[in-house]
Amino acid sequence: LEFILTTKQEQVKLLDRFSTSNKSLMGTLYLTATHLLFIDSSQRETWILHHHIAAVEKLPLTTSGCPLVIQCKNFRIVHFVVPRERDCHDIYNSLLQLSRTAKYEELYAFSYNPKQNESEQVKGWQLIDLAEEYKRMGVPNANWQLSDANRDYKICETYPRELYVPRTASKPIIVGSSKFRSKGRFPVLSYYHKNKEAAICRCSQPLSGFSARCLEDEHMLQAISKANPSNRYMYVMDTRPKLNAMANRAAGKGYENEDNYSNIRFQFVGIENIHVMRSSLQKLLEVSGTKGLSVNDFLSGLENSGWLRHIKAVLDAAVFLVKAIAVESASVLVHCSDGWDRTSQVCSLGALLLDSYYRTIKGFMVLIEKDWISFGHKFSDRCCQLDGDPKEISPVFTQFLESVWNLTEQFPQAFEYNEAFLLQIHEHVHSCQFGNFLGNCQKEREELKLREKTYSLWPFLLDERKKYQNPLYNADFSPELTLLEPNTVSFNFKFWRNMYHQFDRSMHPRQCVFNLIMNMSEQNKQLEEDIKELEAKIKQRNGQSSAVPVKEHQQSAHPAPVALKTPPSFQKEQPLIPVNDAVRTIEGSNTADNRYSEFVAEFSKAEPAVVSLEYGVARMTC
Amino acid sequence: MEFAELIKTPRADNVVLHRPFYLAVEGTLCLTGHHLIFSSRRQDNAEELWLLHSNIDSIEKRFVGSLGTIIIKCKDLRIIQLDIPGMEECLNIASSIEALSTLDSVTLMYPFFYRPMFEIVEDGWRCFLPNEEFELLSSVTDEWRLSCINKEFSVCPSYPPVVIVPKSIDDEALRKVAMFRHGSRFPVLSYYHKKNGMVMMRSSQPLTGTNGRRCKEDEKLINATLRPGKRGYIIDTRSLNVAQQARAKGGGFEQEVHYPQWRRIHKCIERFNILQESLIKLVEACNDQSHNMDRWLSKLEASNWLTHVKEILTAACLAAQCIDREGASVLVHGTEGTDSTLQVTSLAQIILDPRCRTIRGFESLVVREWLQAGHPFQQRCAQSAYSNSKQKWEAPVFLLFLDCVWQILRQFPCSFEFNEQFLIMLFEHAYASQFGTFLGNNENERSKLKLPQKTMSLWSWVNRSEELSKFQNPLFEANSLVIWPSVAPQSLQLWEGVFLRWNRPSKFLDEAHEEMINIIKYNKELQAKVNALRRQLAQLQTVDRMQENL
Repeated sequence: LEFILTTKQEQVKLLDRFSTSNKSLMGTLYLTATHLLFIDSSQRETWILHHHIAAVEKLPLTTSGCPLVIQCKNFRIVHFVVPRERDCHDIYNSLLQLSRTAKYEELYAFSYNPKQNESEQVKGWQLIDLAEEYKRMGVPNANWQLSDANRDYKICETYPRELYVPRTASKPIIVGSSKFRSKGRFPVLSYYHKNKEAAICRCSQPLSGFSARCLEDEHMLQAISKANPSNRYMYVMDTRPKLNAMANRAAGKGYENEDNYSNIRFQFVGIENIHVMRSSLQKLLEVSGTKGLSVNDFLSGLENSGWLRHIKAVLDAAVFLVKAIAVESASVLVHCSDGWDRTSQVCSLGALLLDSYYRTIKGFMVLIEKDWISFGHKFSDRCCQLDGDPKEISPVFTQFLESVWNLTEQFPQAFEYNEAFLLQIHEHVHSCQFGNFLGNCQKEREELKLREKTYSLWPFLLDERKKYQNPLYNADFSPELTLLEPNTVSFNFKFWRNMYHQFDRSMHPRQCVFNLIMNMSEQNKQLEEDIKELEAKIKQRNGQSSAVPVKEHQQSAHPAPVALKTPPSFQKEQPLIPVNDAVRTIEGSNTADNRYSEFVAEFSKAEPAVVSLEYGVARMTC
Repeated sequence: MEFAELIKTPRADNVVLHRPFYLAVEGTLCLTGHHLIFSSRRQDNAEELWLLHSNIDSIEKRFVGSLGTIIIKCKDLRIIQLDIPGMEECLNIASSIEALSTLDSVTLMYPFFYRPMFEIVEDGWRCFLPNEEFELLSSVTDEWRLSCINKEFSVCPSYPPVVIVPKSIDDEALRKVAMFRHGSRFPVLSYYHKKNGMVMMRSSQPLTGTNGRRCKEDEKLINATLRPGKRGYIIDTRSLNVAQQARAKGGGFEQEVHYPQWRRIHKCIERFNILQESLIKLVEACNDQSHNMDRWLSKLEASNWLTHVKEILTAACLAAQCIDREGASVLVHGTEGTDSTLQVTSLAQIILDPRCRTIRGFESLVVREWLQAGHPFQQRCAQSAYSNSKQKWEAPVFLLFLDCVWQILRQFPCSFEFNEQFLIMLFEHAYASQFGTFLGNNENERSKLKLPQKTMSLWSWVNRSEELSKFQNPLFEANSLVIWPSVAPQSLQLWEGVFLRWNRPSKFLDEAHEEMINIIKYNKELQAKVNALRRQLAQLQTVDRMQENL
């Protein structure tokens, strides 16, 4: 709190991000310990969590005041104009301090209190149980067992304690292999496919340099291939571009030499590294944030950013992996450099395509807990939770969510969850409001005592599951272990407007079919109940027509939409796409929102009387 | 001419049909005067394909030994391949298709031969007559009149016999104005905005020429539409540069000095071969599955299709904005006033007028603003994306209009009574049809061809409940508001239903759509049932209460 130099600032203007005529809302800006709040003259609130702030920029003073631009990790961009420069400077400095945190303990999660008691908190953390998940997959079994090698994080600090390995991989093999792998991340089981008896394994790159080899590591791979009775051959997928992998050899790292490992088929799949991805996203945001963008500038910007190319590369890699397992029943070992970015993307997407469980709400949580959280995707570094090295920031997890979104677009009935669920997870990966994504690995999380001091996100999402359910979901669409075969032709990949322009409402369809159907299918459940109830009452009445009637409260002809109950503290900073609207909202009655022409601006100067700028929002009840 | 002369091989057996995403089918191919018919002739799983020759845009043939292959590219963008054994048969069939798909006489087209197998409930040729439209108008204003000045198409060959003009302008003045406008297309009423009494008119360019000719009657005519003290906007669908160049050829634009109450805005909308090229490039990009991401995006960009969509939508929104927000009347024209002008005036009406978002209202709009307004369908839609002819007059003007409507429909999915299929159907019929509706280039030609007597109207077929049900939007809820679409590039999308229709399997999307419709239907059923039960219960309660009171 000592950082807050000013807590309230009046007469602040919030500019429309895309308006060419500097349309704005006047209001008051507040700084709290956790949020920035702007309340405009029509009492609409804009909440921004300090942790969501990626960058604050103070622009040169203008005649109307001092502009302050805030970019958020959830791709919201707000543009304030503060009347006096000194005040702007104070807000700027406060935000700089508030948005940069030096210690985990200062993150929101440690102060966030959702009014749960201790046992609820504990239960919340127990909701996702990975041991249970491995059991569901069918391990341990005759070929795979739980290893205690990493019980005390002695072999690999960034892996979880509990790891599944082939039964034939003895401790010395594990130890030897781990010494030959970058950061000690030796090959372990990520997903086991019961029907095919094939496995997805993951690791980091071998320290092979130009010629080094390691017998234990070779044994380890052999053990994996032998653990698969259906196919002795296994694939080793290096998810990096070949050139990058070769360059790594000079640093004593590299990739597997096919001659040294028996029965492996080695394959590069060419996903770029975190730095390329970071700058790709940067370019994408630059383009999508341009005022008065033309179609061609948008498309060429989209192309130049390479963003969709990268998304396609990730999904192509997952498709390759899935084919090896589904078609050839071959096990696959996936790695990149350290095995916590691209490897997590490919393993988790592969499993998602193979196993319909991960296409359920709970299953998706499990998948994220397993392949991302437990296997040490460096959420803290990648999402810049603490003030750290900007070169470590990278949208790897965002790409994973985007790939999943692309799949939901191709298979609208295969997923239990909807787009809002993906967006909400993205929101909280950056919010630092819950403990799940804090830190870089499990060891760190244990040291931070997150399970005692913070709350798990998942039970809150499950409480709100109505908001995240896909009304078109058909559980029979994909019975267990049914493969999704996505089409990865380029034209299937689209710009994810609801992610990158989530908060730019003028860009979205003014009526949302999806929300409507969602409300309708929710209402259908309620109506079914009503019918049962009414039928029972009628039956009762017919049975006792002579009896004294009970005075009943007459219900209205239209059932009230089901209200979603949620803890208010969890609600406030989540506008997202408006899923809870039971009314159809038609917005955009203001032509100036849509920037058809610059002429309005010029004209209104000449003839201010004729330009009407009322903001019309029409509402029609369902 | 007998079609038989053109068909040397009317039938071939053991032909194999290839279509993307379907297994190849073997069967028999038959050629008739108007159709290519393929039938698998299998008892268990008979598959038939009927293709209108007029739907064929181009055909290619190849030979491997004696096995010939014909690749047929259709105007609806579909591509099929037929393997035909026997070189002679294949050559015969190919040349027949070529001849039959490029008949130059309109009266040989299928609509003149088509005998409908359905009962006609309402003759589409008698729907949407100008008089009906005028009656509606008369109920809200008396400032306009119907003029029969063009009864014999003597004043303007591309206008319908009757047009709506300001009451204060007599036919004599109209005749003078017609002399001053390109192709005699004098300003006529396109739309009356009931909310504030503002109007949209359309015309062709004024023939000012290099020496700045003026026409007092023209000035009087368009000024007659202004309220006292109010100004109007002229939306010229050409860039200022193009409009200036037009003067050298006798055309031009309204000069400020002569039209002081009007503000001219230039909005550049492309026409003719630029649009056709754009379509060709877009379809080429969509048809190549092997493009990597960069190539796909750069091809999509290079096609400029979405740029055209954005330009047209922007101009239409601007026109609507002037009318609804600025409370000003608008005159829209380009050069001839038969292409970009109509795109703008018709889209503006969809934005402004809820009636145009209903099925009948949209049909009426197409009739008024496209068919009667003289959009030369026959010229524009002679060929589609696979054409090699590259004639200047071929251009997907109407398809672009439909694409723009689709964009608005996507943004306001509950505000339209019709669905995407309805728009796709109109696209198909504009290019090849069993109905006479889109034949000819204007009402004049249509009346000479006696289309209403000799052919069936598309509307007669569409407006029967069996057909209508396919085109109805289950989410429709009448919305009386003006709907302002977003024209940001992020909000515009490739119209997949047309351009990717044949390029990807749509099973999962179709099933999802069906499920959506089921949910909506189920919701309606449940609502009805709940209401019925409530009524029943209420009745029981009243009976009980009466008994109680006794």
